[in-house]
Amino acid sequence: MEGVGLLSAASSLSHRVGAVGRHPVARRAGEAALTLIGVSILTFVLLRVVPGDQITAAYGTAAGDLSPEQLQALEAYYGVNEPLLSQYLGWLGGVLTGNLGVSATSQLSVLSMTAQSLPNTVELAVLAIVIGLGLGVPGGMLAASRPGKARDQISQLTSLIALSVPSFLLAAVVSSWLVNTIGWYPNGEGYRTLSEDPALNLQQMLLPALVLGISIAPPILQTTRAAILTVRSEDYVRTARAKGVSGRRLQVRHILRNALIPVVTMSGLQFGFLLGGALVVEQIFAIPGIGRQVLLGLEQKEYAVVQSTVLVIAVMFVLVNLLTDVIYRLVDPRVRVQ
Amino acid sequence: MSAAADMHEVPQVPTTRASGRWVKAFRTPSGIVGLVLMAVVTVLALLAAAGVGQDPAAQNVSEALQGPSASHWLGTDQFGRDIFARVCSGLANSLRVALVSVTVAAIGGVLLGILAGYYQGILDRVVGVITNVLFAFPSLLLALALAATLRRSWLTVAIAIAVVYLPIFARVARGPVLTLRHAEYVLAATAVGRSRLSTLFEHVLPNILGILVVQITLSLSWAILTEAALSFLGFGTPPPAASLGGMVYAAQSLTSVAPWMLYAPGAALILAVVGLNLLGDGLRAALDPRGANQ
Repeated sequence: MEGVGLLSAASSLSHRVGAVGRHPVARRAGEAALTLIGVSILTFVLLRVVPGDQITAAYGTAAGDLSPEQLQALEAYYGVNEPLLSQYLGWLGGVLTGNLGVSATSQLSVLSMTAQSLPNTVELAVLAIVIGLGLGVPGGMLAASRPGKARDQISQLTSLIALSVPSFLLAAVVSSWLVNTIGWYPNGEGYRTLSEDPALNLQQMLLPALVLGISIAPPILQTTRAAILTVRSEDYVRTARAKGVSGRRLQVRHILRNALIPVVTMSGLQFGFLLGGALVVEQIFAIPGIGRQVLLGLEQKEYAVVQSTVLVIAVMFVLVNLLTDVIYRLVDPRVRVQ
Repeated sequence: MSAAADMHEVPQVPTTRASGRWVKAFRTPSGIVGLVLMAVVTVLALLAAAGVGQDPAAQNVSEALQGPSASHWLGTDQFGRDIFARVCSGLANSLRVALVSVTVAAIGGVLLGILAGYYQGILDRVVGVITNVLFAFPSLLLALALAATLRRSWLTVAIAIAVVYLPIFARVARGPVLTLRHAEYVLAATAVGRSRLSTLFEHVLPNILGILVVQITLSLSWAILTEAALSFLGFGTPPPAASLGGMVYAAQSLTSVAPWMLYAPGAALILAVVGLNLLGDGLRAALDPRGANQ
């Protein structure tokens, strides 16, 4: 109820922001701000309706033995008997001042837990993007070089199969194969961060980054292929050909450079996805990243941890998408003119 | 009256052409392979759902962890349960969750998208905000948070997945409606006195059917993958019901003694998803006008 009111209020707000700041980036930023408000409401509501509230979560089966007075005192302590709106505002106020809550199990603040887990996830995402681009861009170039011919069909079929293999299955098969055949499994040891032990860290990151890289390569391949085919028929490429530009120079400077613009956008979208979507792979390879923090919170019924971490992921997702949009405008002058 | 009847005859022409395109979809190589794969998967799932063959839940510890044989085509798991029966029953579960979630997402999303695109104004803006908010979460994370919030059953998993895919359908439906609402035959239908709403569903819906069918096929494959990932993480279809993701999870620690426990559900999962993706590919080539030029 409160949510709907806030939404429409925020909606008219963004409309006004859009009217004042005609600049498309300002309008996109206003839209993102509005989305973030909605995200915070959804995250809040989602984990307040969990069956078994925070009291049962904190006290387990012992919660059933509590006297009504004790229950009331606890409800007051957790603030669950206050109206939903004031609970939400209190939580939001805390979040905005950096108070993301405390884990009851580890006694660590969610902020410090996130400060530890986020760099691991970002490292994994960067490595996965590098691998995804390394597989997808050459694959797309190869496919576009002879559209409709054997190499195009093979690379399209490969990317369709890669798209159809779930990352957890690929991870399970690859890790079991490595353990059973050559007995190499660096993730079996305790996780080391990049600064603690760079050599071991990179070994531990290799397989998860490869699995994620393979799973994001197909959309990058498709985007590269489509972009090259579009750019190839542009007037300026024909002009360059007419001027006598050919071979590598034409392919790289005139075609590839322009075709990479949508690839940058696609990579940005995939990077945002990897920040939160890597949770299965993080779980399998025991990488203490931000996705695993959510899963651990769910297992331990630590809803404050889950709530704040999900919010952090969604905020990053929105910001990365906004940033991608801005970068897109910077690298493609045509968008700025429109 | 006769004028109104004539108006109604007009859209019949593209319908017959469209049905020709449907047949064309199943003539492309990917369409045929996809159709065959999905037929196999569906038959196996239906047989399992009908209770044909071995009981997927029957335990027999004396036959635990046996390799493929004549009596157990794909071997047995750590409780001596027949893996072939469990794979078929897992496929049935995947299809059930995927069909329910995509049906809910498609009906809800298309309804919201059409209404938002047609009436615009505040409704459009509210739908836009909701769509943006749902898109702000990585899809697996949102499905996970929703599934963990609801009581665990295959139906709640389906609903969680439906919420994640609903905004995609809203967006797919809204775009074409924005241009179609000014199309002459829509204006004509309104002019002869049809109510706006019935015009909407009689003339606008058939026009976006092609895009929708492609989107539904692809969404079914994503829904199967999402359900499998949720079950793998322990937040999907609850045991003892067989789920492909749960079977892969159980197989992980036993790969050195019983690799078939990993490969059988994994292969079934890939076959179902590849089948749907190929089918979607074939449909897109036939139904999407942009795809026809390539």
